[in-house]
Amino acid sequence: MDNNKSWIDQRFPLTKVWNEHLAEYYTPRNFNFWYFFGSLAMLVLVMQIMTGIFLTMHFKPDEANAFASVEYIMRDVNWGWLIRYLHSTGASAFFIVIYLHMFRALLYGSYKAPRELIWILGMVLYIALMAEAFMGYVLPWGQMSYWGAQVIISLFGSVPFIGPDLLVWILGDYAVGDPALNRFFALHVIALPLILVVLVFLHIVALHTVGSNNPDGIEIKENKDKDGIPKDGIPFHPYYSVKDIVGVVVFLMIFSSIVFFAPALNGYFLEHANFIEANPLKTPDHIAPLWYLTPFYSVLRAIPPMFGSQFPGVVGMFAALLILLALPWLDRSKVKSIRYRSWPYKVALGIFVISFIVLGWLGMEPVTPINSLLAKIFTVTYFGFFVLMPWFTSIGKTKEVPARVTE
Amino acid sequence: MLEQEIDLKKRRFLTNATSVVGAVGVGFVAWPFLSTWLPSARAKAAGAPVDVDITKLEPGQLVRVLWRKKPVWIFRRDASTIAALKTLDSELLDPDNQEDQQPVYAKNKHRSIKAEVAVIVGVCTHLGCSPTYRPELGAADLGGDSWKGGFYCPCHGSKFDLAGRVYKGAPAPTNLVIPPHHFVSDSLIRIGVDQKAS
Ligand code: FES
Repeated sequence: MDNNKSWIDQRFPLTKVWNEHLAEYYTPRNFNFWYFFGSLAMLVLVMQIMTGIFLTMHFKPDEANAFASVEYIMRDVNWGWLIRYLHSTGASAFFIVIYLHMFRALLYGSYKAPRELIWILGMVLYIALMAEAFMGYVLPWGQMSYWGAQVIISLFGSVPFIGPDLLVWILGDYAVGDPALNRFFALHVIALPLILVVLVFLHIVALHTVGSNNPDGIEIKENKDKDGIPKDGIPFHPYYSVKDIVGVVVFLMIFSSIVFFAPALNGYFLEHANFIEANPLKTPDHIAPLWYLTPFYSVLRAIPPMFGSQFPGVVGMFAALLILLALPWLDRSKVKSIRYRSWPYKVALGIFVISFIVLGWLGMEPVTPINSLLAKIFTVTYFGFFVLMPWFTSIGKTKEVPARVTE
Repeated sequence: MLEQEIDLKKRRFLTNATSVVGAVGVGFVAWPFLSTWLPSARAKAAGAPVDVDITKLEPGQLVRVLWRKKPVWIFRRDASTIAALKTLDSELLDPDNQEDQQPVYAKNKHRSIKAEVAVIVGVCTHLGCSPTYRPELGAADLGGDSWKGGFYCPCHGSKFDLAGRVYKGAPAPTNLVIPPHHFVSDSLIRIGVDQKAS
């Protein structure tokens, strides 16, 4: 065994990588519940790739056959229903896990220096994931697939001057149809997954360079013992690798209950209208994107057309997403963790979370005068969080941050 | 070789020149890939005109056909509907068709060649959904008594009248598009080909 190991180590840095990233990678010892979601996101990614590979073997990316091939997977392929439900539930689970993971970063200031690049890579991952999920949702070619694609792609048509040409270029035709379905398939099964995997790799490399933040927002590397090991650090393996297994088990329990008992989750994970084949003549009476895109969709709907163009709304929607990238520089607070922050930040974070959730809910509801008023109000508070951040993070009294992590 | 001083300026020039030439090369190679996304010859050829027979079309009835993969509505308006079109001006964004959303021969109050037959592309000018046909007068969910019949877009709530003109305050910025079309005979409409100037 040892002989084999040294044979490999002379040719490939196996032991070195193992030690640097697992056995001697020191992580703060005070991780709590919120620290499960990074590893869970990796688990879901692997699951999506595995189930996706097997779905590809039976799916036909063709306007005439796509819907039928999904039905075929559901009815005739052995265990096909299971693989498909794992994949469709996995998509929503991915976003639940990612949203919690991002919220953790907000709670404990994990985006602040020196972790700005981790945050940015993570945000790019999140955006790529949205594109991946959107294109995946188009593939079954149901009513929601078709009309969702129609609405989302039309957004690009509102770009001044080049919009109409851009639209035709994206669609490969003058309307949503076979060329769009076929290229979305290619992007969904090969281009974006490759990008996602590379980004995950970079995200982790950046993380392992600076080390994890923790619920106290303390840099454990500032307090090392005589061997140069952080006093508040414990090796990732076996401590957290084993702890993460607990998270995985709980996650899989919830996940499989949904897969087996409520795979459509009452229209939230798979919309009812998507069980009807795409019909270019008729838009369903109520259309909404899947839940994980709705906060941004609400922002789009909240901004009225200006100068005879929908473009401002589109800009607003993308701004709502991209403004998150600026977070590390908008936050002026000296402390990272919510535990030691001043009260204005806590209030603002609370309002932000409420805005995000309400916008998400409104995005699934039909447009009524009250709903659009609410959407406008919460769009303002959503952006307010970012615009006012330099101000409210620099006022109020922060608590003393301890030198060592607390129990 | 070694005695010579390294000419850093020359080296930088060569590095820059190589990068520029390389970037241009990448641009040229990218073009074929990017242009595969443009409509193929087959997609371009698929836009043939569509004929619709309206002999059996009752007043108020609406049929949908696909033209260039887009839904086109053909429906018949009765006299009272046509009269109602003239009363809506103050509620509409562009009652007089200032925006170029129709061929010249449809640039009139009823936005059609014949006042009683409407031909409209059923694609919302907001984000491309197909609005729902709501001809019933005074529909409670669409503003009650003031609703003179029209179309309601389920996606973001745009409203249009029975000539495809958009109501004010809707997310849709312009009236619906009137496709090029003409009457081959009294009962046959050809969608996709303009009427000859007469
Ligand atoms: S697509 Fe019709 S209102 Fe948005």
